[in-house]
Amino acid sequence: MELQTYLLLSAVTFIIGVVGVLARRNAIIVFMSIELMLNSVNLTLVAFSAYLGDVTGQMLVFFVMTVAAAEAAIGLAIIIALFRNKQTVNLDDINILKW
Amino acid sequence: MIEQILHSLSLFLPETTLTVFFCAAIIVGLVAGRTSRASLYVALIGIALATWFAIQQAGSSEGIFTGMVVVDPFATFFKLLIGMSAIVILLFSLYSAEVQSTAHRHIEYGSLLLAMTLGMFLMAGSTNLLMMVLAIELTSLSSYVLAGYTREATDSSEASLKYIIYGAVSTGLMLYGVSILFGLTGATDFYNINRALATGSVNATALLVATIMIVAGFGYKISAVPFHFWTPDVYEGAPVTITAFLSVASKAAGFALMMRFFKTCFIDANALGLPAGMWASLQGFEWNKLLAILSVLTMTLGNLVAVWQNNLKRLLAYSSIAHAGYMLMGVVVLSDKGLAAVLIYFIVYLFMNLGAFYVVMLVANKTGSEDIDTYKGLGYRSPLISVAMVVFFISLAGIPPTAGFIGKLFLFAALLDAKWIWLAVVGALNSVISLYYYVRVVRNMFLRDPERNAEPVVFSAPQVVIVLALLIPTILFGLFYSPIVELANASVVMFGMK
Repeated sequence: MELQTYLLLSAVTFIIGVVGVLARRNAIIVFMSIELMLNSVNLTLVAFSAYLGDVTGQMLVFFVMTVAAAEAAIGLAIIIALFRNKQTVNLDDINILKW
Repeated sequence: MIEQILHSLSLFLPETTLTVFFCAAIIVGLVAGRTSRASLYVALIGIALATWFAIQQAGSSEGIFTGMVVVDPFATFFKLLIGMSAIVILLFSLYSAEVQSTAHRHIEYGSLLLAMTLGMFLMAGSTNLLMMVLAIELTSLSSYVLAGYTREATDSSEASLKYIIYGAVSTGLMLYGVSILFGLTGATDFYNINRALATGSVNATALLVATIMIVAGFGYKISAVPFHFWTPDVYEGAPVTITAFLSVASKAAGFALMMRFFKTCFIDANALGLPAGMWASLQGFEWNKLLAILSVLTMTLGNLVAVWQNNLKRLLAYSSIAHAGYMLMGVVVLSDKGLAAVLIYFIVYLFMNLGAFYVVMLVANKTGSEDIDTYKGLGYRSPLISVAMVVFFISLAGIPPTAGFIGKLFLFAALLDAKWIWLAVVGALNSVISLYYYVRVVRNMFLRDPERNAEPVVFSAPQVVIVLALLIPTILFGLFYSPIVELANASVVMFGMK
């Protein structure tokens, strides 16, 4: 398959992730959408890496995965801390601080 | 190869020190017992040592670890700045009621501050897309946790959640930009990217998209509009010490990385016919127009919204957004003079902004509130602290004879030098707006009577010493500014650039 196919797929995945972050109100689903964004980055990197014949891109993927895992771990810990205080993970209810 | 790595390690001493002390802070904390302050002292020693080692590297200019990180005067300057603010923050923490109320978590506090400082040190020196992303992530991940440090307080954990959501999204955008930039140039090293762009065979539209996405990552770190949404919430919800650290060190590291990225990736090193110190961008891309728009939006929104704030932490959050806008003006110029002006502004900003946050923290310690009404008549209840606050605020507004004036003066001089007159006018108008909300606090302190039976607020001697240590440079650098100007001029040199 051609490079464009992969890039298109990753762009679509990325946009789905962004829309998910903007539209969904459940904090856990927002984090899932962020994972989707990061995985589309991985797809782009691997596609370019294969196209350019340069393994650097594939090496970057490992680091992106590590970053994604660390972010998810901290994100879930923060959600738990907040849930203990407020008994909700709905972003619309988390609104003490505004303007 | 081995020799190279050993040589690199010798130049990597500040970062190694921080890593060792990160482990030491955890072990010492566990041995000394959970409520002991030992971890905070270990963190203080570690950061002081690392800063000292960074100062020892002054003058060296080398790429280490096969060009992942560089040690050059520019990086050393920012390491000094970040180290100094970390030391001040740790001293604040020893007197912060918020931090001391959660004494059983001092281990986390000390070690995460070390990790955050390590991330910022790496941000100051990274010259590789991978290193850049990892350094930003190390800083961000530590600061997410620290923002929610007082997790029993609902607003603190809310701030933390908002911070990580905005942070993770901008990391996602930045990484996507990085992946496109890698695909376009086939390189992750800044200098190789520059070489690939210099051939002129790169698709201009794709490059623009990639760069805007990467700028989103920087914009989030320096809280530039429209990536600033997290700033007021996190600044209000997080403990004051962490807020102050984010507003100075995190912003400095973000600016360092952004300036290095723009200069090393997009500047045509062989451009001819330019005045000394001016830069030309590759492929005729006018990145400075993009930055000028960001700068105007950032300072205008920051200042206009700050006018309506009644919580001092939130007011200072919007003020710090506005200051990011002022400093972006220096980057817009794309000249060594503009860069030096940003560095001067950062030295000044370190003292005045940390000072303002420290006074807010001291008052909140005593009164339990950061509301502007708490400051009514404070001038009569605690004259010294109030006078210090006035000096910090007029310095933030940029009025002589304080250091803030010198910072603004050099920024505007650099702008006028490069014929960016409209931007200088916008900046000056913004300074006028900012005067309004700073003076509002001053008016509350001195021209309003204190509430009845309000007692004098007394602060302990070490607390006053810290205030004076920030107050004296704020005034002194307004009068004798040649040392900071010389330091900044000597620090604009980046490795591998003319």
